[in-house]
Amino acid sequence: MHRVKVTVVEEALDANNTIAAANRADFERHGVRVINFMSAPGAGKTTLLEQVVRDLDDVRVGVLEGDVQGSMDADRLASLHIPVTQLNTDPSFGGECHLDANMVRSAIPSLPLEEIDLLVVENVGNLVCPAEFRIGEDTRVMVCSVTEGEDKPLKYPLMFRACELVIINKIDLLPHLEFDLEKLLRNIDQVHPGVETILLSARTGEGIGAWREWLVRAATQEHERVPA
Amino acid sequence: MHELSLSSAIINTAVKHAGGRRVTAVNLRVGRLRQVIPDTLEFYFEFVARDTLCEGATLAQQVIDARLRCRPCALEWEIEIPAFRCPTCGGSEVEIATGNEFEVESIEVEEAACIASK
Repeated sequence: MHRVKVTVVEEALDANNTIAAANRADFERHGVRVINFMSAPGAGKTTLLEQVVRDLDDVRVGVLEGDVQGSMDADRLASLHIPVTQLNTDPSFGGECHLDANMVRSAIPSLPLEEIDLLVVENVGNLVCPAEFRIGEDTRVMVCSVTEGEDKPLKYPLMFRACELVIINKIDLLPHLEFDLEKLLRNIDQVHPGVETILLSARTGEGIGAWREWLVRAATQEHERVPA
Repeated sequence: MHELSLSSAIINTAVKHAGGRRVTAVNLRVGRLRQVIPDTLEFYFEFVARDTLCEGATLAQQVIDARLRCRPCALEWEIEIPAFRCPTCGGSEVEIATGNEFEVESIEVEEAACIASK
C-alpha cells in the first residue's frame, strides 16, 4: 500500500447548498417565497408569528416549525388556523441544533405549497449553526431581544451577517433593563453595515405594523433575494 | 457546537472524492470568519469518522486570516474583530477577500501498489 494525495478543493458545505438550490426551485415552481426565521432560544420567534399571521392582507402564509423535540410551537400556531408543519430534528441525527437543506427537503411533500404564498421556516433556536446552513430560502430574518445583551452581534457575527433583516424584540422591557440600545445598533452596524432593522415589542404590539408590512412585501416579491 | 455538523460535511466531501479508498488525511482550509474552534472540530471529526472511510484519518487545518476589501477605496486590511466598515472611508461596500473558506483542499488515500510500474 502507498499513499496518494487527491486534490479536492471543494467547499465542505457544497452538498448542502446544492440541495438548498433544489428546494428553492421547488418553492419557486409553486410561487412560494420562503423566509428562514432564526434567533436564540426565547427571543420571541413564535410570538412574533402569532402576532401577524392572521392579518397579512391577502397573503396566505404557512409555517414550517423546526424544533429538536416536541410540537408546542406548532400547536400554538395551528390554533390560529394557518397550515403548520412540524419538523423535528431529533429522529434523524440525535437532535440537530439547526435545520439543514436535506431536512427541509424531507418536509416538502407534506407542505401545502398550492395553498400558500409565503412559507416561514422557524429554525431551531440557536445563534450559531443555523447561520451555516442554507435551506432554500429567499430571505433570512433574525430576532435579537434586548434581554440578550448589546455585545451579541460581536459574539455571533456569522448570524448577524447572514440575515437581511434584524428584528429587535422586547423593547417594552427597556425601562427595566440596563441596556444600551444605541450600543446594540452600533454593534449591528459594525458587523453588518446597512442591514435593515425593526424595533418592536411582540407583547405590547409596538412596531408590529412594520414587521407585518415587511412580511407582506416579502410575499409579494419586493425584497432583494439572496443568491440561490 | 456547529463543529459536529461541520465534521459530517467534511467527511461526506472526503468520502465522495476517495473513490472507495481508505482516507489517511484530510487537509482543510478554514477561514477565521467561520468561527470554527480547531480542537473542537478535531474532536468531532475523529468521532464522526468512525465506521467511515475516514476512520483514523488525521485532520490538518490551515487557518486563513480574515481580510476585507473596500470596493470604493480599494483598501485591503486584516481584521481581528468582526468590524466590517471601511476604516478609511467608513463605507459599507466591503467584501470579504479571505477568511470565509471552509474547504477540503485535498485528501490522502491508501492505494495498492501498482504491479505494472517499474
